[in-house]
Amino acid sequence: MADPRPPAVALEGVAKRFGGVIALRDVSLTVAEGEFVCFLGPSGCGKTTLLRIVAGLEPQNAGLVRMAGRDVSRLPPSQRNYGIVFQSYALFPNLTVARNVAYGLETRRLGRAGVEARVDALLDLVHLRPHKQRYPAQLSGGEQQRVALARALAPSPSLLLLDEPLSALDARVRLALRHEMKALQRRLGITTIMVTHDQEEALTMADRIVVMNHGVVEQIGTPADIYTEPSSLFVARFVGHMNLLPATAVQPGRARVGALTLRHRPAPGVGPGMAVTLGIRPEEVRVGAAARDLDNRLTARVTSVQFQGAFTRLGLRGLGDGGVALECDVAATALADLGVKEGAEVPVALAPDALRAFVEPPGTHA
Amino acid sequence: MSVAVAVPERVVRRRVDAERGLRGALLGLFALFLWVFLAWPMAQIVWRSLHDNRGAFIGLGNYVRYVSTPAIGVSITNSLGVASVAMAVTVALAFVYAYALTRARIAGRGLFRLVAMLPIFAPSLVSAIAFVYAFGNNGIVTRQTGFNVGIYGAKGIVLAEVFYCFPHAMLILMAALAAADARLYDAAAALGASRVKTFMTVTLPGVKYGLMSACFVVFTLVITDFGVPKVVGGKFSVMATEIYNQVIGQQNFTMGATVSVVLLIPAALACVIDRIVQRRQYALVSSSARPLAPGQGRLTNALLFGYCALVAAAILGIYAVIVGASLVTRWPYNFAPTLKHYRFDTIGGYTPLLNSVGVAALTAVVGTVITFAGAYLVEKSRTAAAGVLYMLALLPVAVPGMVLGLAYIFVFNAAGSVLNRLYGTLAILVISNLIHYFTVPFLTATTSLKQMDAEFENVSASLGVPFYRTFWRVTVPIALPSIVGISMYFFLNAMVTLSAVVFLVAPGTELAAVAVLLLDDAGESAQATAMSVLIIGIGLLARLVYWALLRGVTRRTQAWTTATQEPTSTA
Ligand SMILES: Nc1ncnc2c1ncn2[C@@H]1O[C@H](COP(=O)(O)OP(=O)(O)OP(=O)(O)O)[C@@H](O)[C@H]1O
Ligand SMILES: [Mg+2]
Repeated sequence: MADPRPPAVALEGVAKRFGGVIALRDVSLTVAEGEFVCFLGPSGCGKTTLLRIVAGLEPQNAGLVRMAGRDVSRLPPSQRNYGIVFQSYALFPNLTVARNVAYGLETRRLGRAGVEARVDALLDLVHLRPHKQRYPAQLSGGEQQRVALARALAPSPSLLLLDEPLSALDARVRLALRHEMKALQRRLGITTIMVTHDQEEALTMADRIVVMNHGVVEQIGTPADIYTEPSSLFVARFVGHMNLLPATAVQPGRARVGALTLRHRPAPGVGPGMAVTLGIRPEEVRVGAAARDLDNRLTARVTSVQFQGAFTRLGLRGLGDGGVALECDVAATALADLGVKEGAEVPVALAPDALRAFVEPPGTHA
Repeated sequence: MSVAVAVPERVVRRRVDAERGLRGALLGLFALFLWVFLAWPMAQIVWRSLHDNRGAFIGLGNYVRYVSTPAIGVSITNSLGVASVAMAVTVALAFVYAYALTRARIAGRGLFRLVAMLPIFAPSLVSAIAFVYAFGNNGIVTRQTGFNVGIYGAKGIVLAEVFYCFPHAMLILMAALAAADARLYDAAAALGASRVKTFMTVTLPGVKYGLMSACFVVFTLVITDFGVPKVVGGKFSVMATEIYNQVIGQQNFTMGATVSVVLLIPAALACVIDRIVQRRQYALVSSSARPLAPGQGRLTNALLFGYCALVAAAILGIYAVIVGASLVTRWPYNFAPTLKHYRFDTIGGYTPLLNSVGVAALTAVVGTVITFAGAYLVEKSRTAAAGVLYMLALLPVAVPGMVLGLAYIFVFNAAGSVLNRLYGTLAILVISNLIHYFTVPFLTATTSLKQMDAEFENVSASLGVPFYRTFWRVTVPIALPSIVGISMYFFLNAMVTLSAVVFLVAPGTELAAVAVLLLDDAGESAQATAMSVLIIGIGLLARLVYWALLRGVTRRTQAWTTATQEPTSTA
């Protein structure tokens, strides 16, 4: 069932260079109406550059930017109809909170009362009405961030752009604001693109994540997709934690790791003899009684036990020469039943449908 | 797996909308301004120096004649010699003074500082006139002691220049000395270094760039100054007076141009080196430095206090001579008080003074607008063209006033040029002041713009607010303290400048500083001192207004600048 409306934002083959540095190459993606999309990637991968191209603050060297079907590639920022929050917030220090929020409204024909009403409504939205007459310097970091958000939303833009809006805040405030911003976005239903290098932030807030690396899009998908079906070794490493085992493909669906032959999920493009990397998330590794009757079984020694609160991370090493090293997360409740301690030998199973094969050998994208 | 897609070198150009067009147009206007009033005149002066007086191209012929004719060639060595000696003396005197004000615990530091600043409020030649009144052939000291020091010539120039340049050197050195890191002194004390040793190994190296900067600034001020050598130089010819003699005395414009180009070299060189040195100075100040508390031994404090009192007394003495001479019937023969010199009957009353105030006020207003708006446009449009404009805006500081004035004659007094209409108007005086003093305000504005969040304009664009509105509502209010400072800088300098405008005044557009020169030249020294007193008075008044303005601005901006220190719950 195709959506008849054009996507809120569509990028087609966008490329950007800064002199000799290629910051982006051939980036294409779409953002649906009302969707919350995160650009996620390591520092320097080009996230900010891509956001600024959408905003019209940086000219691209190639490619098209469409908004709601309209080609805006050559339009100045003021004609693209978006609100933006920068990492520094860029609040006007000489204007009160109310004047800051009203800034984008004053040039529109709203009338004094109309502006006042809209400002109050927005300040209510971000719970800052009591601070209306303060100056930015009199607010905490989190409050400043919310003022910046209110200012960006004031003219009712059809798109909201956020460049690492939470990175300047301390951990506790960041966590609270994550939920508040997400709830706000849901309530307003505003299409949102947020840049972040924090995978947790992306996983918890986004409807879809665009994982970027070295100026190219590695994968686009829902947080669950990205987490469970990483399309490349880079994504597997960057999002969440994953055990990686260097292996050699033997036949379709089977690969050899040291002396072991393991069954794995079918992976297209893997041929016998190829160097591959097998990956499995720590919480997917089964140990103890739970592993007993499963396929892909081995015996391992517990090398470390790390209490992490809700779960405990076990360090494991397969017995025998060149035994694989694995990490395994066991829920706090299950740990008591398991009764393991350092040095114990336990059965371990790597369920074939949790074991993914990547064509690249480990070490690429390091 | 990754497909090698070629990324083109060219960017996808934005469509030109009204705002972008306006920005471009304003930048174009700024470029035109710098071209017509700076680049083109400077090119003209070089061009003219390569021609003879009938307009035939003669290559370096003028230069050869300049250095090989002893009568005029001597001005080069004279200038360099006088500038070097004045530089050494001024910096040495100012260093001790600045050291006392920053590092010692002496009474009346504020007052000492204030007195030392006085020479900034007077045209350079005022100090020379005062020296003539004191030590000239009929000077009061000469008559009392019967000993004539022979003020006319190199000696007098150096003396008067030292007085004139003293505050400039002092300010630079005070800044350098105030930036000391107390940790270094603690370390020296812990190592048991003696006072002398600490001074040699910690204090001097710490202010080495400040010292060098002060040297270059004083050297440039002296070598480009015209007023002092004109009054006390006598037959001792320096380059600045040589330009004047060639142009006004002998109507030899091409030789004037030739001397100008030669004078450009040391002045420009000193400016370039000074800029490099200043950059080093910034790098020297560590952010973790702990400020040094002033304090010295008792004897040192007493000695330094005595020194400051002596210098301050000398400066005040000079002013006392000027004020005194303007108020007595006939110095030094008849000391009966009178106000008749303030009637200025030989130059037709108060027109020059009013002109000066008008020109200075206009220079302040227009100069502030152009430098600040220009710095804004250049800073916010990061294009190659803007880079060229930036370099061009740095040029005026290296151009001596005499050279600028002569260049303006070439451009604005050329028959058949549209620019000719400016000649003989007050506008040309305002413009020459603008350009002459352009660089420092431009850099001040650039610095204050750089301190603002670079995303202000982007935020406004996203909100659909045009850049000029944000400029007016955000950028200008934040930069208000620098803007007030810039306008004061323009005003004070325009009041006292002589070198550029001396070529450009015409009947009806006389200026006070030029009147001082002409009155002195005509033997009406008493009226010259009266005019000087008024110039200084207006300068001091302007300074008071400036303080009041700055306090007002500070009070208004306090709400949002100091708010972080006092989180009040006003809401
Ligand atoms: N104005 C510029 N001039 C030159 N190179 C630039 C410029 N802006 C970005 N780059 C380069 O382009 C690449 C991508 O930069 P970008 O700022 O988009 O990264 P990012 O993903 O946002 O990183 P971060 O997480 O550190 O903010 C980097 O290699 C960067 O050095
Ligand atoms: Mg970034």
